[in-house]
Amino acid sequence: MNRFIVPVIVFLVLAGVLYIGVVHSPDKSTMVSALLGKPAPKFELPVLGGEAGQKFSSAQLAGRPWVLNVWGTWCGACRDEHPVLIEVAKQNRLPIVGLDWRDEDDAAKQWLNQLGNPYGVVLVDREGRTAIDFGVYGAPETFFVDADGRVQYRHVGAMTPDVWEREFVGRLPHAVSP
Amino acid sequence: MRARLVGALATLLLVHGAFAIDITVLPDEKLQQRYEALTHEFRCMQCQNNTIADSPVGLASDLRRDVAEMLVAGKTDDEIRAYMVQRYGNVILFTPPFKGSAIWVWLTPLVALAGGICIAIVIVRRRGRLVATDDSDIIDESAR
Repeated sequence: MNRFIVPVIVFLVLAGVLYIGVVHSPDKSTMVSALLGKPAPKFELPVLGGEAGQKFSSAQLAGRPWVLNVWGTWCGACRDEHPVLIEVAKQNRLPIVGLDWRDEDDAAKQWLNQLGNPYGVVLVDREGRTAIDFGVYGAPETFFVDADGRVQYRHVGAMTPDVWEREFVGRLPHAVSP
Repeated sequence: MRARLVGALATLLLVHGAFAIDITVLPDEKLQQRYEALTHEFRCMQCQNNTIADSPVGLASDLRRDVAEMLVAGKTDDEIRAYMVQRYGNVILFTPPFKGSAIWVWLTPLVALAGGICIAIVIVRRRGRLVATDDSDIIDESAR
């Protein structure tokens, strides 16, 4: 009996360490944003379809919760999630700001004409600088920013009605079903 | 034959150069060296096991551009690392820092090695003791 105790303990410790390693491995779909709880990056970007020189600043969103959805016409999963965004935008619970990432304006406009526009405003990030400030590493990604301007959640991959209800609407103060 | 082989190899080398992903050239040699060292330190978050220096994806080229711009603007290597970690977390560093929870990446192998050595010592000692007991038994036996 005694001779098995040490090997069993070693095995359990090793299994535990490896388990932690596997669970915390940088899996693309579960990577947690480095920005959680921190102030959302500031930005000032051109508005898609806006007048020449028209800019939209993050300061205009101060004081209320909002959602940033990073997308591009080159992104397949963005097309998958688009109907979901259209659907949740109809509920009018949270303003959705679109970040058109590394994209062409014309292609983006065509996309919104064809598939509908769930966004309150679409910002053009052709050089990808604002996306980097948000720590974006793929599209689509969707961020929840609270009324204090802090990033509270990041969803990587296509939006689903469940995730929207739980992680976005659910983070609103006094969240009650409509 | 030999000339043809040399020619083929030379062509391969040329083609290899043409496929280089990163062609950024910074204004001075020192900056260029730091640029190359730094871009090999950061993970391409989209492809995970490449550095941003050898990834062709758009985000990697954007991050290389940021590194180049910060170098030219006179930022230190540590400031550039902090810029990346602030946005993407420690995951973006191929060499995790020796502090915080990442310290276990460094310590775990040492702890495991120390544990193994301890176990080996215990086993060797125990066997040694068994042999000694056997010997005394034999001596006792012969003394009778």
